[in-house]
Amino acid sequence: MSETTSKSAAAIDRAKAEGRAALIGYLPAGYPDVQASIDAGIALARNGADLIEIGIPYSDPVMDGPVIQAATTEAIANGFRVASVFDVVAGITAVTDAAVLVMTYWNPVMRMGVDEFSRRLAEAGGAGLITPDLIPDEAAEWFEASDKYGLDRVFLVAPSSTPERLEMTVKASRGFVYAVSIMGITGTRQAVSGSAEKLVADTHAAGAERVCVGLGVSTREHVREIAAYADGVIVGSALVAAVRDGGVDAVGKLTKDLSAGLHRETAQA
Amino acid sequence: MVDAPTSRPEQNAADAFLQGGASLRNASGPYFGSYGGRWMPESLIAALDEVQDTFEKAKADPEFLAQLKDLNKNYSGRPSLLTEAKRFSEHAGGARIFLKREDLNHTGSHKINNVLGQALLAKRMGKTRVIAETGAGQHGVASATAAALLGLECVVYMGAEDCRRQALNVARMQLLGATVVPVTNGSQTLKDAINDALRDWVTNVENTHYLLGTAAGAHPFPAMVRFFHEVIGEEARAQILEQTGKLPDAVCACIGGGSNAIGLFHAFLDDSAVKIYGFEAGGDGVETGRHAAAISLGRPGVLHGARSYLMQDEDGQTVESHSISAGLDYPSVGPEHSYLADIGRVTYEPVTDTEAMDAFRLLCRTEGILPAIESAHALAGAIKVGQRLTEGKADPSEVSIIVNLSGRGDKDVETAAAWFDMLDEDGNVKGTTLSTRTPKGPAERSTEEQRSTEEQNR
Repeated sequence: MSETTSKSAAAIDRAKAEGRAALIGYLPAGYPDVQASIDAGIALARNGADLIEIGIPYSDPVMDGPVIQAATTEAIANGFRVASVFDVVAGITAVTDAAVLVMTYWNPVMRMGVDEFSRRLAEAGGAGLITPDLIPDEAAEWFEASDKYGLDRVFLVAPSSTPERLEMTVKASRGFVYAVSIMGITGTRQAVSGSAEKLVADTHAAGAERVCVGLGVSTREHVREIAAYADGVIVGSALVAAVRDGGVDAVGKLTKDLSAGLHRETAQA
Repeated sequence: MVDAPTSRPEQNAADAFLQGGASLRNASGPYFGSYGGRWMPESLIAALDEVQDTFEKAKADPEFLAQLKDLNKNYSGRPSLLTEAKRFSEHAGGARIFLKREDLNHTGSHKINNVLGQALLAKRMGKTRVIAETGAGQHGVASATAAALLGLECVVYMGAEDCRRQALNVARMQLLGATVVPVTNGSQTLKDAINDALRDWVTNVENTHYLLGTAAGAHPFPAMVRFFHEVIGEEARAQILEQTGKLPDAVCACIGGGSNAIGLFHAFLDDSAVKIYGFEAGGDGVETGRHAAAISLGRPGVLHGARSYLMQDEDGQTVESHSISAGLDYPSVGPEHSYLADIGRVTYEPVTDTEAMDAFRLLCRTEGILPAIESAHALAGAIKVGQRLTEGKADPSEVSIIVNLSGRGDKDVETAAAWFDMLDEDGNVKGTTLSTRTPKGPAERSTEEQRSTEEQNR
């Protein structure tokens, strides 16, 4: 399938047409319960998020820091079932224009069956998958299913990725490439790593049209800094903390605040 | 990648394979059949490549091999003995049971073989810090030991539940200069310790080597950890030929992640007449759901970087494992074992806590050897195998079996004393004021302090 039918690419391009980077917000499905996560997702979209990542709570989230671990552990303890993620995606896409991706560790997808999972995600109106522990090298089944159902494949690149791997990962991706700003796990940090800008430049140079930056991005100032060089800015733990501390209203308020950082004040790259 | 069969093929697949002149030895990864691979974050791929590259070069470097051999001999005390357990054998149908005495290695288990190898590699890579996960504490102690020997900083992640079960080993690691971080996530056992070690690694990969303690995880770990443990099987094979003039009828080992087992099995994989058995932790009994028998009852999935048999629910969430033995309390297994199970070369069976503890006491009383509870699973399995293989034999002593006595049981004295009802309500040995528990105060305080420091550092 061509780039033009990618929901994620279209959402990023709409932002670009407005002279700004896209805002991508992460929330775990089923936290604190399924309906609340739908409401929080809608609040994200209505307050300035262009794309939404819905995370599947998983028993062994090795890329996640304490905030997301605590939330997803609670979601599982509250009885979250993986198939509910499709209800969350459908609940948000039914009433907003945001592109909704699912972010998931690979075993739950493998357990349901990659084809079955992909079919149901597409039916729910989902844009694609972000796969933190699936590298293109292991993704043969996912290539097949994502082509079949027209889903975006968002792989990650890291400051440690070699030029060869950057090129390979860019070729394998569709929608956008997820650049992790720093060597580490999710969680809020004081400052955005200096390695992020170079990684975005290298990823663009490797042929990526759209590169979005995540990990440790939590404030409007971080958003402003990254929006100057990346196509999208991804915020996770800060939003999850907002759900935890203030529910849907807090998510809306934080999203509005973050989105104020998106407009590029200088000429964009 | 070949798709995995979900049902086990014919038991003679491995035989046909070997008779065709093929070898099951030296499988290099990343795949073992459809198992193994690298189901890992991109952030760690460069580090895995570096480990692989360093390992491949070291394996072909006579200087490295000489260095390792010297440490094995003059530091660990290799070769470890092969001891015939004559009185114990009477309980195994009269088959001759031989114990491969990894319990006599420095630090008291097979784990030292792997950590010395990997710590040398860490030095070669210019890393100044090693991290490790530990279940029973044996790998943590071995890692702390190798780090002290080679001048590396060492941080060990250990489930809080395991810290409680193995308090003595926590103290040992601290005495050796390591920092022990109790892990309070999830089931607070080995799998959660691995999760936190991986989080540390991805954050500190520039100066840190992850000294993974079992033959699991992402490529190159399964093949590399096996390589460092192959010495177990090589020695055992030569020793049994010397002592009995023939190959054994069977070899037995316990399986958590499966490193001691693959180390023993490797030398015998191509000897098709030698039956090979791996004993998983059956916990309260596999019918209760409270066990750690990943091969017997799991189905293929990915955890900690490898595709392998995995205890998981309908949603693909990892199911918490249960075993009296902290070292076997792991819901998956090394990928090479999954492959050897599928092709029928190795038979994997569960052994319950009760069976293991019976064998534990039996070895103490018949041989004067106190085994690790992990190893007691292999002993219990060997009793069953011995009874089976000697059935109908006029001279049962013609049957010989090697059991990997992977570790010593000093660390398990409290668990065993509680199991055999030797303690009063205060945890004292009945009729005495001797507590099997480590003293409260300094030990617990320092663990708490380290934990809070660690939290601040996050």
